[in-house]
Amino acid sequence: MKQLVVVGNGMAGVACVEQILKHHPDFEITIFGDETHVNYNRILLSSVLAGEKSPEEIVLNSEDWYRDNGIRARLGVRIERIDRARRLAIDSTGAETPYGKLILATGSTAFVPPIPGAGKKNVHVFRTLDDTRELIAKSRSGLKAVVIGGGLLGLEAARGLQLRGCHVSVVHLMDTLMERQLDRPAGELLRRKIEDLGIRVLLPRQTQALLGNGRVDGVKFASGEEIEADLVVIAAGIKPNAWLARESGLEVRRGILVNDYLETSDPDIFAVGECTEHRGQTFGLVAPLMEQGKVLAATITGRRGPVFTGAAPAAKLKIMGVEIFSAGAVDASEPGVEVVRYEDPSLGIYKKLLVKDNRLHGVILVGDTSDDRRYTQWLREETDLAPHRRHLLFPPPAADSGLEVAEMPGSFVVCGCNGVNKDDIVHAIHEHGINTLAELKDRTRASSSCGSCSGLCEQLLRAVAPEFEEETRTTLCACLPFSYEQLREIVRGQQLKSVQEVLNVYGNRKGCEVCKPALSYMLDMLWCGRHDEDRSARFINDRVHANIQKDGTFSVVPRMRGGVTSPAELRRIADVAEKYNVPMVKVTGSQRIDLLGVKKSDLPRVWADLGMPSGQAYTKGVRMVKTCVGTEFCRFGVQDSTRAGIELEHRLENLFTPHKVKMGVVGCPRNCAEATVKDIGMVGQDGSWQVVVGGAAGKSVRKADLLITVETTAEALDACELFFQYYRENANYLERTYDFVERLGIEAIRKATVYSTDAEKRKLLERLRKSKAIAKDAWLERDTPANPTQFVQIEPLETTCS
Amino acid sequence: MLINFESRWTRIAPTASIPPREGRAVTVAGAELAIFNLGERFVTISNQCPHQGGPLCDGIVSGAVVVCPLHGWRFDLNTGLAVRASLPACVETYPTRVEDGIILVDVAAARRIEPNEAVA
Repeated sequence: MKQLVVVGNGMAGVACVEQILKHHPDFEITIFGDETHVNYNRILLSSVLAGEKSPEEIVLNSEDWYRDNGIRARLGVRIERIDRARRLAIDSTGAETPYGKLILATGSTAFVPPIPGAGKKNVHVFRTLDDTRELIAKSRSGLKAVVIGGGLLGLEAARGLQLRGCHVSVVHLMDTLMERQLDRPAGELLRRKIEDLGIRVLLPRQTQALLGNGRVDGVKFASGEEIEADLVVIAAGIKPNAWLARESGLEVRRGILVNDYLETSDPDIFAVGECTEHRGQTFGLVAPLMEQGKVLAATITGRRGPVFTGAAPAAKLKIMGVEIFSAGAVDASEPGVEVVRYEDPSLGIYKKLLVKDNRLHGVILVGDTSDDRRYTQWLREETDLAPHRRHLLFPPPAADSGLEVAEMPGSFVVCGCNGVNKDDIVHAIHEHGINTLAELKDRTRASSSCGSCSGLCEQLLRAVAPEFEEETRTTLCACLPFSYEQLREIVRGQQLKSVQEVLNVYGNRKGCEVCKPALSYMLDMLWCGRHDEDRSARFINDRVHANIQKDGTFSVVPRMRGGVTSPAELRRIADVAEKYNVPMVKVTGSQRIDLLGVKKSDLPRVWADLGMPSGQAYTKGVRMVKTCVGTEFCRFGVQDSTRAGIELEHRLENLFTPHKVKMGVVGCPRNCAEATVKDIGMVGQDGSWQVVVGGAAGKSVRKADLLITVETTAEALDACELFFQYYRENANYLERTYDFVERLGIEAIRKATVYSTDAEKRKLLERLRKSKAIAKDAWLERDTPANPTQFVQIEPLETTCS
Repeated sequence: MLINFESRWTRIAPTASIPPREGRAVTVAGAELAIFNLGERFVTISNQCPHQGGPLCDGIVSGAVVVCPLHGWRFDLNTGLAVRASLPACVETYPTRVEDGIILVDVAAARRIEPNEAVA
């Protein structure tokens, strides 16, 4: 068996090994990596910095992969020298590893310009997982961070630091951002978008020195200007890591010279990835490296034939809400180049195509990168654009959803990161019976790197897979592509205080009827009133505190705690019903009375005449506590359920919840008020209470789970509150307690509430009290409306004669 | 109240009477309209959802789209056309402008774009 030694455990090296394995080679493979980690997705480091992904989530090849494929991984070991005469790779421990063939995949290193002070403390580069971890450890809310370099990596680093709460400035030597990929208008639009995120952009600034005594505290520019800095990240570019090749006497210019077969000047040594220089070009983006890997895999396994002919440069910025794509040439002044352009300043969209000899020569997209794949394909295949001339900037509308898939040729590269084309995917779907995106990722690696082709993969699955299953959606909606958990972290971490702010920074600015009410709830819950309430983001019921009916009128349900009322209250209800011609008065299933068919404009007066608080029957909030008469009158009652129920309602009323919360308290296990099918229930027994949660008697019927058994009413009420607040903080919006309890499991919920430490319990209850302290009866808006036309219909200032 | 004989434009209300991203109903010359404040401009459509008559003025606004509060039908506020509806549908739109802080609507110039059934 031949010894194959791979120097470098990064994306290019390992991807190449994966390709080699496909040829079932007769190799014993050893991979050396000077980082101590298994192969991870370097492209996603900015997502790790931003807190959107954990380091574990960006692992591409787990330890199992190395083991299963019989690969020896020497991690944290650096090759110091190659003895080409004796065919030995000599590592930092002095050990010698013999090789038959050797692949150099040493990647690149961060380029640090010779700036005085670059060695100071808190000056970092952003290149590896360890760099990222250090940055995460150092960054904290309120810190002033300066990123030197306004290229792709610098901007992503800036956004990551900002999402960790830092005040970030980006300084760049040139007068436009990403000037190598963008023209001036695109760069200008990008600057605006970055500034809109709240990042300061300083252009053009030549950094002269990093200031500070040992630890950096400022940045000085050539103009003499100085700015403060607690943390500096240098992202001025990368350079091929070619010293090992140079020391070993291989031909090296900027990078290790390779030919179209990825062979170096030594017939047994090959190179792949960012360390290479091919036809005068060096590389910094992943797609061409995958291409190189395929070619080298063929060459090294004795199937020399496929060639790598270079790749048009392509770059895509991965900052949510700032879509940038650039590929091919940027310079429009070349002779014979035509420009096709579209611009919508208010939408922040800019598209520019350079066309030469009826072939795509370059493309810049800002604000809308949905067609990037089409352009990449055109560039790579030098497609004749004549038949597409009318649809260069916008694809022709597709009436059937499978059309896009049907139009794709089999060789169409769906996943640029991993080089997977349409045929590969269709083939895999049939061969392995794939029906989900997860299986597809697993089998083909398509969409497993940057994930930007997942939509396309889903379309392919939908069109091809016999039993396609949509993934259960974890993101809120298309406006805001994050999970609830991520959003809670974002809102908390970024101190975002209004729905519009969240949408502007993280979403599509517009929002919709799904995300707006969800965000409204989240802000209310997290900030306990210290947020800007936005009525326009709430459903009509929450704008006017009544339940809209099919004819546009509203229903009014006053709070009747524990279902207990009085003759005086009943008289007032009767009077109101008559005075406002209420078409229907109905006793509800919640032991309350519903006045149906009230006009919006009558609401404030109806509430005033009732003189009772809102029953929140219109909202995702605390509905009622249904009770039985318990020990007070019932001859079987063993607990005072009426009093306990009224107390529970007092404690929780006026609060908002992820979905409605219905409660019940019963004085004996006969369960007359049906506490065991309520979201929260208390079931009285002789000398104790059972607190039960997650019951339902609606669309689904579910018997509540026992949370805990306690002896006193006070303890039972506390247990109800603990669960209530835990549900408020951790459920997804519109998730009822019965789904919540099933999703988390009652054991986990017990651990997090009644069985958690006293300190944790205290914290939960303190947050509940904080929210409760500012929660008010919404019907008081009858006296202080949120806006002058909250309830009244507008009367025109004049009438027309038509 | 003034009676306007000359202009086709009807003075409705001060801009401040409609909060940003909300709508309000108003009846002008027998027509029930819903006026929306889109921040940088105001737009007017007929208030009745063609599906089951829901009050569109009470819907959540998403960009330049309003979502009917009853069953979630969506209408483009610029064209009046239903967006992603199960059946082709539309509502009337009315020219709307602001002058001296007052919203004006041209009720006589109602525009109705019939959804192209062949497309749907």
